[in-house]
Amino acid sequence: MKCISKYIFALLVLHISTYTLAQSSSTDEIAKYRELLADGNPAEFWEVRGEELWKKKITPNNVSLEQCDLGKGSGVVKGAYVELPRYFSDVDKVMDLEQRLIQCRTMIQGLTYEQATAVPHGSAGKPSDIEALVAYITAESKGMKMAVSIKHPKEKDAYELGKKFFYYRAGSHDFACATCHSKDDQRIRLQQLSNLVNKTDAQKTYTTWPAYRVSQGEVRTMQHRIIDCTRQQRFPEPRYASDIVTSLIMFMAKNAEGGVYSAPALKR
Amino acid sequence: MRRIILTLLVTLVITACATATVKTDYDHVLLGLLQSDFISKGPTKVERILKQDEVQKLCSAEHLNLSDATKLSMQNEQLKTVKFPSDGKYLGDWENGEKIAQNGRGLQSSDQIGAVNGGNCYACHQITKTEVSYGNIGPSLYNYIKSHGKDEKIFRNTWAKIYNSQAFTACSSMPRFGHSGILDEKQIKDVMALLLDPESPVNK
Repeated sequence: MKCISKYIFALLVLHISTYTLAQSSSTDEIAKYRELLADGNPAEFWEVRGEELWKKKITPNNVSLEQCDLGKGSGVVKGAYVELPRYFSDVDKVMDLEQRLIQCRTMIQGLTYEQATAVPHGSAGKPSDIEALVAYITAESKGMKMAVSIKHPKEKDAYELGKKFFYYRAGSHDFACATCHSKDDQRIRLQQLSNLVNKTDAQKTYTTWPAYRVSQGEVRTMQHRIIDCTRQQRFPEPRYASDIVTSLIMFMAKNAEGGVYSAPALKR
Repeated sequence: MRRIILTLLVTLVITACATATVKTDYDHVLLGLLQSDFISKGPTKVERILKQDEVQKLCSAEHLNLSDATKLSMQNEQLKTVKFPSDGKYLGDWENGEKIAQNGRGLQSSDQIGAVNGGNCYACHQITKTEVSYGNIGPSLYNYIKSHGKDEKIFRNTWAKIYNSQAFTACSSMPRFGHSGILDEKQIKDVMALLLDPESPVNK
């Protein structure tokens, strides 16, 4: 309850600040607002539900995800996320967390692909199991350093493809990811843009996803974030949990190497 | 002796080709992924992102070390695409221009097909003094007449810049609003008026 009243107060602060504060100080205000909420991030509710889902046996196979190998052995969640995406020999493929979760839910738990991807992005009254699982799993890497490998040829391929895509200009507006995210201190309106090829900035950004988004009232995953980027880029929509998005995540994760992981975070 | 040299040469060519094919052609693989992993939605089409034009192709390199000659030739080619106003009048309604500058919608997968597109100029530029929520990717356009002038040449160049930004700066971040069909002639006139009408708040 204390957490919720603090939350409402913070929203009020933000609301007032949007009217009274100009250019330079408004980003500071958002930072202050984040700080205010840091010890009461609603993402914790997603983490709790995610842990329950991870340990719950479900039909048809009546097994839990504790048999799922996220890369560090069956059922090992601690530290798994800072090494993803990675190559999985059982499928001979590089997967990010969300692709791997779908793999485990279909192969181990026996769900159909449609069932496993039924609600990738939740909304009021229609929560997403994926977002909850992702919140739980990522939180188990808090405080650890980003350490993605590109040693396996397929990991290297994913990285190179992600990089190619990052610089690929196309569509009605000639935008690439790089158009907005390869220089320091750029802004769209008042929104600061991260420079994803600058190590410090890439670390700061990558280690704070997924995040509880105040504007959406949901925890959003990295796949969701990238899908929304491509929308603003005036590109068509990537399929959920697609290889192109995983490649881009690989590129970003590698650029963020060494950054201390601290998500699920809290964002506007 | 000649035969030996010839054999050596042939071997060299074969080895060179073999090495070339072993190296992954990421451009090709990327195209395949774009085709398989993207879905056309609303006004966005997969075919459109698969087919890059010359500007998009040249400007997609990781490090843009294009030669000055390449840049100049790109700019000249792009300048040829510019269609100047059919009635010779450059300036429309600045009030509507302001609305276009504010509007960030249009041509996103979430937008309706055929909806009116915005220019979203404030995303990157300071324009009027009253709008404090502006980006910094492009230069400030406030006091446009004072800083640029308002003779025929400025009118033509400003029009051409909005119509096709690549005609002036190779690999500019700015969309080619006229050339790519984002804004129509009337809309460009309105944006022109926002910058160049002495009555516009930009010049007050």
